[in-house]
Amino acid sequence: MKQTIFTILENTKVAQDVYRMRLSGDTADFTHPGQFLNIKLEGLFLRRPISVSDYDEKSVLIYYKVVGIGTRQMSEMKSGETLDILTGLGNGFDPALSGEQPLVVGGGVGTPPLYRLTKALLAAGKHPTVVLGFNTAADLFLTEEFEALGVPVIVATADGSVGIHGFVTDAIREAGISYDYVYTCGPEPMLKALYRATDCPGQYSFEARMGCGFGACMGCSCKTITGYKRICKEGPVLLKEEILWEN
Amino acid sequence: MGKLNVTLCGIELDNPVIPASGTFGYGYEFAELYDINCLGTFSFKGTTKDPRYGNPLPRIAECSAGMINAVGLQNPGVEKVISEELPKLKQCFAKPVMANVSGFSVEDYAYTCEKLDREEQVGWLEVNVSCPNVHGGGMSFGTSPEAAAEVTRAVKAVTKKPVLIKLSPNVTDIVSIAKACEEAGADGISLINTLLGMRIDLRTRKPIIANTMGGFSGPAIFPVAVRMVYQVAHAVKIPVVGMGGVSTAEDVIEMMLAGATAVEVGAANLVNPYVCRDIIRDLPEVMAKYRIDNLSEIIGGVK
Repeated sequence: MKQTIFTILENTKVAQDVYRMRLSGDTADFTHPGQFLNIKLEGLFLRRPISVSDYDEKSVLIYYKVVGIGTRQMSEMKSGETLDILTGLGNGFDPALSGEQPLVVGGGVGTPPLYRLTKALLAAGKHPTVVLGFNTAADLFLTEEFEALGVPVIVATADGSVGIHGFVTDAIREAGISYDYVYTCGPEPMLKALYRATDCPGQYSFEARMGCGFGACMGCSCKTITGYKRICKEGPVLLKEEILWEN
Repeated sequence: MGKLNVTLCGIELDNPVIPASGTFGYGYEFAELYDINCLGTFSFKGTTKDPRYGNPLPRIAECSAGMINAVGLQNPGVEKVISEELPKLKQCFAKPVMANVSGFSVEDYAYTCEKLDREEQVGWLEVNVSCPNVHGGGMSFGTSPEAAAEVTRAVKAVTKKPVLIKLSPNVTDIVSIAKACEEAGADGISLINTLLGMRIDLRTRKPIIANTMGGFSGPAIFPVAVRMVYQVAHAVKIPVVGMGGVSTAEDVIEMMLAGATAVEVGAANLVNPYVCRDIIRDLPEVMAKYRIDNLSEIIGGVK
């Protein structure tokens, strides 16, 4: 973990209430796809944890949905403004644990961290298939970027306005994809449905209301089969076999 | 450079800055960020007789200038704290540490304190009396002078280490409770714990916190804390450790003027993990600005 000042390079609306922000600053503490950062905003007490979509040595890319006063404030920020950010948080995904044909499943604003993961899987010589679920056409984002990686991308929308009509689980069934491992991030009902609909191992990324985001407050501690885990520290990614749904 | 050291219940601190229990774990998470030996001491995560998972999620809600938490004293229990956490703490912290203890019966408190009394690195026992008394109808020990005094006596009987009683602000007369603890043998008082608070989600119309209510902390409660430290410090002869919304070197000095011998920093650690280091770094300059040569001389110095 590192506390760093980042400068906004770009802050663009890419879908209904969804923005893409590119920031320049020290990214040395990011080690895994699926990690997150925690942003201090003027006048708000707690930081805002946001998953990292991609990064290089000098910049980081995030996507966020405007859902409250914090993300509203972020959406109004301009290029050149600075943010106090804690970087390198959470465990992230381990691309090494899957077989040759991983299935990568994203739902809504849970999609961004899967972008770097997919790049990492490709770099490891694997053949991922990407399934992305959204509520409606106006919510769609990142699909073209995934397609540009040269992987099969299947889109599902709950209202059928784009792609397969239904949820990601419907899309997986209809498309008849063969896979040996699941990587996923999205709303908890989607994670749960996927957990039940698939019988292979996988890594599931969870969301929780956090206090600190770096393991100090126990605000996001959840029960797992292997004991208590802090979503911010031992998570947000849990192995399928350790998930308990009773929290 | 001014003198920062203070003496708390016979133990000298290099400076009065103490991360508060529940915001600093057992120290080692923060030791990855900076050398925590710069601290006066720290109060480790609230420890109970038995392991506790705590409350269901969500446990956190944001507020203007603060936050509500209902973690519910998650901790591995005193046996594991001693066998697993304290050895790790010792690796990164060389000074006496403050052991924070909670309980749900008088016997619980005595059991846990007796175990921790045998630990060499424990300098002080900070006894949190804000927990509900399961044998007393669920009322918090800290809301009655008699119950708080009973806990104090039970703990004092099992330890030679200085005992600080950490008081809840959710009472009508905090001075009477502080005095009862002093009469029962407490070596010091620490205050304030969090203020009971609540937030409601407008979309779902449900409380944000799964436990409905939780403890409100952060800069918003600082004036309440200063007032209560002032009231208690003027009513008792034992030292007072002040806390509640402290986040700057100026806040530390204000708390000490109100009567605090040392000052704990809580919620601020969760937003700026370096805040205690920064406060200690800033203190000499702020002291110089207000012409303070020796911090220990300003304790209770409000005119």
